[in-house]
Amino acid sequence: MKLKLPQIPRQITVSLIAVFMGLVGGAVFMISTGSNPFEGYNFLFRGGLMNIERIGNTLATATPLIFTGLSVAFAFKTGLFNIGASGQLLIGGLSATAIGLTVVLPKPLLLLLMIVAAIAGGALWGFVPGLLKALFNVHEVVATIMMNWLAYWVTYYTIPAYLKGEFMETESRRIPDIASLRVPWLTDLFHDSFINLGILMAVIVVLLIWVILNKTVLGYELKAAGFNRYAAEYAGMAVNRNIVLSMTIAGALAGLGGMALYAGYAVNIQIGILPNQGFDGIAVALLGANSPFGVLFAALFFGILHSGKGFMNAMTQIPPQIGDTIIAIILYFAATSVLIERFLDRIKKFFSNRTINRGGS
Amino acid sequence: MWDFLTFVFPYAITFTIPLLITSLGGLICERSGVVNIGLEGLMIIGSFASALTIFRLYPSLGGSAVWVGLIVAAVAGALFSMLHAFASISLNANQVISGTAINMMAGALTLYFARYITGSGNIHIISGLQRYTIPVLSKIPVIGKLFFTQTYTTTWLVLFLLLASWYLVYKTPFGLRLRASGEHPHAADSAGVNVRLVRYIAVMFSGAFAGLGGAIILVTYSGEFNGSVAGLGFLALAALIFGQWKPLGILGATFFFGFASTIANVSQVVPALDRVPGLILKAFPYVVTLLALIAFSKSSQAPRASGEPFEQGKR
Repeated sequence: MKLKLPQIPRQITVSLIAVFMGLVGGAVFMISTGSNPFEGYNFLFRGGLMNIERIGNTLATATPLIFTGLSVAFAFKTGLFNIGASGQLLIGGLSATAIGLTVVLPKPLLLLLMIVAAIAGGALWGFVPGLLKALFNVHEVVATIMMNWLAYWVTYYTIPAYLKGEFMETESRRIPDIASLRVPWLTDLFHDSFINLGILMAVIVVLLIWVILNKTVLGYELKAAGFNRYAAEYAGMAVNRNIVLSMTIAGALAGLGGMALYAGYAVNIQIGILPNQGFDGIAVALLGANSPFGVLFAALFFGILHSGKGFMNAMTQIPPQIGDTIIAIILYFAATSVLIERFLDRIKKFFSNRTINRGGS
Repeated sequence: MWDFLTFVFPYAITFTIPLLITSLGGLICERSGVVNIGLEGLMIIGSFASALTIFRLYPSLGGSAVWVGLIVAAVAGALFSMLHAFASISLNANQVISGTAINMMAGALTLYFARYITGSGNIHIISGLQRYTIPVLSKIPVIGKLFFTQTYTTTWLVLFLLLASWYLVYKTPFGLRLRASGEHPHAADSAGVNVRLVRYIAVMFSGAFAGLGGAIILVTYSGEFNGSVAGLGFLALAALIFGQWKPLGILGATFFFGFASTIANVSQVVPALDRVPGLILKAFPYVVTLLALIAFSKSSQAPRASGEPFEQGKR
């Protein structure tokens, strides 16, 4: 009991310090371009939270990040680094969009079919690196990077050929209301915001992943493979099968994020962009300490940064890229958490030394 | 066919050169045992630094501002790569996460400053490098037409750097230490090699070369900084793997990839090539890299310790 207690707060402390460093870094850049950081952050957070419409937009912005964060975190639990969430998200979104633009069905059935397509597309993009890892020991980082750019080029050529918009060659046709995750009651509830059914899907999936990881045999085996692959193998677990399964599920999660992004938050797909959400997902997973609920909170926080930056840009001279900069700095400090841990150790030592000294003298 | 080749070749070489120099930086870095997936971001840094320098200095320096821009780009790339070096060498951080952070930071920060400076996210340079035809060599049959016409000085600079890097990696004491640090850092350490210092220098090379690569894109064919190098850093990474971490290998791989991409690009303009499916050509580098990874999975030439932090106590 005593051993376990300090562990959990420490992860949260490290995450909070990383966030703090990110905000400090952002402030430094705001000052360097002659802006007042207090004013900047004031508008940034107001832009994300000041009224019900903006809260709705923040939730809609956070939705794909919840999915990609979960995707990265889930693979991490099996000891795999899924850097391919961007590609999986893109293919998932492309599959869902293709169905949404071509199939005619009542809305609930159509959405269900699109969900299946998004899962299938993303899962395929995760399955390939998983299979290569299991069969040939190809490093999943390299494989998922290649899959990212394959997704980029598949989208780049598929959309103009089959799904192109009426005016623009470089984007898909606008998705009809019947194929959108946006529903009137939710849009009205949040005063005309982008919020859509994706956020509900995301919350359900967070719970589902939590159950899989913590309450099922499969979850136990996946985590065992992550802790020590050889021990898991020795204990008779099918580690190779679990690697493929883990990457496939991670891909499916990111694929769902693609549907939430392109058929919920947005109304079409633009070509020539590898979506940032996949890389943001790495930061989300790290900040959330790879736990489903941690991912949820981290994604919501990044959602505020992303949805508030436009308002901040409108009210001040600060370019909106400060939001992405802050996220990148947070990721850097989450990666170098050793630095933070050392700092925490030093503080701890400092205080314990003081009490000893006081007691001794 | 011959006309087509002489038409496409200069473009293919122009496209290959930034890939080659970036891939070469990745080679030096990975041979020392540090994985650098931040090449894309470092290229963006180089592109930004050179664009800004040329934008500012062109009115006073004229054409030589371009060369100042290239040098500034290499220095900026080297400095920015120190973030990656510090995280992955001094703090034993996960090198993939650190590299991803570099990519994100570079993309966001450069656009942030570009927007602050010019109002829009783009920095347009008035003039880049000019193509020229080398007088005598271009008269050589076949290769003269392919390699020595419509060429840039940077092409020859990069080929020289390739040769110099080959010499550095294989023929000098530093190169031996570099390769030892990437294959078996503890053995190198016990032989008195300062593994951490070697790795710092190697990462700095990758930063400088990737920065140069980004700048070369700007001064040869793009002419404008827009906050992205469209995945060329990752393509360079693919070339590094497909070239199996060898200088000649990456020369072949980058040219192969550069040629395929160029054909895909011109096929939209040249009516006769309209039928060539762009997707296959564009997806080709990534597919062959995956296939190469499978084919070489038993006999991969990857540096053995690449991606692993060096911990002195762990033998």
